[in-house]
Amino acid sequence: MASAFEYAPAPESRSVVDIAPSYGLFIDGEFTEAADGKVFKTVSPSSEEVLSEVAQAGTADVDRAVKAARKAFEKWSALPGSERAKYLFRIARIIQERSRELAVLETLDNGKPIKETRDADLPLVAAHFFYYAGWADKLDHAGYGANPRPLGVAGQVIPWNFPLLMLAWKIAPALATGNTVVLKPAETTPLSALFFADICRQAGLPKGVVNILTGYGDAGEALVTHPDVNKVAFTGSTAVGKAIARSVAGTDKKVTLELGGKGANIVFDDAPIDQAVEGIVTGIFFNQGQVCCAGSRLLVQESVQDEVLDALKRRLSTLRLGDPLDKNTDIGAINSAEQLARITSLVETGEAEGAERWSAPCELPSSGYWFAPTLFTNVTQAHTVARDEIFGPVLSVLSFRTPDEAVAKANNSQYGLSAGIWTEKGSRILAVANKLRAGVVWANTFNKFDPTSPFGGYKESGFGREGGRHGLEAYLDVR
Amino acid sequence: MSDNNRLGVFKTYKLYVGGKFPRSESGRVYEVTTKTSAAGTAGKGQWLANAPQSSRKDARDAVVAARKAFGGWSGATAYNRGQVLYRVAEMLEGRKEQFVREVAASEGLSKSKAAAAVDAAIDRWVWYAGWTDKIGQIAGGANPVAGPFFNLSTPEPTGVVAVLAPQKSSFLGLVSVIAPVIATGNTAVVIASADAPLPALSLGEVLATSDVPGGVVNILSGVTAEIAAPLAAHQDVNAIDLTGADAELAKELEIAAADNLKRVLRPQPVDTDGASDSEDWLASPGTHRLTAFLETKTVWHPTGALGAAGSSY
Repeated sequence: MASAFEYAPAPESRSVVDIAPSYGLFIDGEFTEAADGKVFKTVSPSSEEVLSEVAQAGTADVDRAVKAARKAFEKWSALPGSERAKYLFRIARIIQERSRELAVLETLDNGKPIKETRDADLPLVAAHFFYYAGWADKLDHAGYGANPRPLGVAGQVIPWNFPLLMLAWKIAPALATGNTVVLKPAETTPLSALFFADICRQAGLPKGVVNILTGYGDAGEALVTHPDVNKVAFTGSTAVGKAIARSVAGTDKKVTLELGGKGANIVFDDAPIDQAVEGIVTGIFFNQGQVCCAGSRLLVQESVQDEVLDALKRRLSTLRLGDPLDKNTDIGAINSAEQLARITSLVETGEAEGAERWSAPCELPSSGYWFAPTLFTNVTQAHTVARDEIFGPVLSVLSFRTPDEAVAKANNSQYGLSAGIWTEKGSRILAVANKLRAGVVWANTFNKFDPTSPFGGYKESGFGREGGRHGLEAYLDVR
Repeated sequence: MSDNNRLGVFKTYKLYVGGKFPRSESGRVYEVTTKTSAAGTAGKGQWLANAPQSSRKDARDAVVAARKAFGGWSGATAYNRGQVLYRVAEMLEGRKEQFVREVAASEGLSKSKAAAAVDAAIDRWVWYAGWTDKIGQIAGGANPVAGPFFNLSTPEPTGVVAVLAPQKSSFLGLVSVIAPVIATGNTAVVIASADAPLPALSLGEVLATSDVPGGVVNILSGVTAEIAAPLAAHQDVNAIDLTGADAELAKELEIAAADNLKRVLRPQPVDTDGASDSEDWLASPGTHRLTAFLETKTVWHPTGALGAAGSSY
């Protein structure tokens, strides 16, 4: 089956990006070593090649960065919104100009296909800055009262699945509203944030307004618990999100958390099956399923279950897994050895608990971290693979008979981030969408994002919204 | 009012849970006394009533009642919720004198000041009654995404909200924290002011006769920390309003609330005498108490294209 179509290799050129052998922390407008001189390596997950060595921030560096952000806050927040807007527009434009370079960089450091970084991540990053740039001088009209004030210094910790996009979601609204930021990218994907630091310099952004600290969880913890941080924004695991919520108890820090999910993708018997299959694939195999809003639970109506599963398996067999820089690649590498181990272990649990595993027949490269697109059938709601977030290319398939049962199963989760509905019946879409306890509901589509569209979860998927007018509230003193 | 020789009929104050008026399952009560403002009279107020002292079990029962009521109340039309809330104001208006008496005794206020607080409380119900079918338009809307999609954000109630009513403002403050929670479709488990619970327990009687479905508002009296702790840790409570907690208790409860990531509304900073409710309840409340317990749901759908070439949907 694999030889039905032969593709010639079509790799995007690496030469468009120039990765230095080492990088420092970006504090107060300068690249600097960590106070204790520590460094760590970042590798390309598709080849395990070391890409660069970056400074590892410690408590002293966090303190220095927060001080720089505090110092910069006074002038930055006093700047007319129209001036702040122009800085953000500059940044948006430079990102557009450098997007090919950044897409290749992101694919190298993260392992996701160039098709995705080029067509999804980078356009959304530029759009996010462009969108919030326009808000900077219109905050009086945003519905948060006249002259709403910024909070101060924002401590932001982001994950590795969309490194630059999550940076944009954090930094663009923070700066537009007049806050200054200290941002820590994930330890496995530090590079695009450091390139962003360079973009800030090119844009002439005042020193200290954006500070980038590469490092591990200890640096993130030092940042969110720093007493001079006024706002904490975190995207990542629910466990860490809960720890953060505890750590800010009794303080005045404003918090937004964007955490895990176990999204239900519901396919009714009157759905356009071919389109639904594409939506299921997009829902769980986009970015190797390493997406908090992934449609990781397929709920399919019993009468069409066989038809959908046959079509889905056929489609999965045609997905091309391999070199993320190849423009024909659909499935890239898993981000890290650690994440691969987690996926592997959860899949083993799934098998041990009696769910039936099927994996797409594809050859995995010999180096790097890879996992074939996989689905589980014979899954019950009690199975680990139906409850826990796997954060990998693994779909759990459950069935239902009535719309009520679909809703009950979809909502039977500690999470409430996303959901999908596939049906041709409009009133059913609206009725089901109404009853789903999820922050984003995609009907006859999945995994769409836009800077104007608020994103965030119900229940243990976190609180607060990013994107749109709603996203401003997280960075404004609106009480 | 009545013949001086006539012996008055005391009211047994009871909890309000699931639309019914139970005693505390623990059988406990505590003495509620008048508050006097004279120095050195603390604890020497005149006996008013024995209020139920709620237990952890009462708190859990109230959560069960609130959860049971959530589907119906959140699913009611906003117009209907507005009418029900307005009905509460109508019922309060008729029982104004009783509340003025209770507030004056509970808070140590003159009759005119108590009357002003009760008037303001009734007006606040009316204010929030009008918000039920407007907040969705203020807090939601269409999003102009860069693609062929219909994209709409709508606010929805977060679920069961535990409310620590203010300790000092026993009625106006109480109303100011309950009304916004239920106006948007949440259901509430309310802990009344510990020292001044009588206006809250009487409010239960008003709610029971105002078309508010049983379980939408549940009112508990007792020791605030004792009732609040199990609510903050409860896995079926979605949010907690810490208004009536002092700084130390608020921190403890916020830590417990993190366990299932409850939405937390922190108390205002403490005022000089250490009591927690420094909020000016007479001031215009704004919308933040409405929005604090709302989730935003965003729905996407392709718009497709019409035309002779066929449509994508």
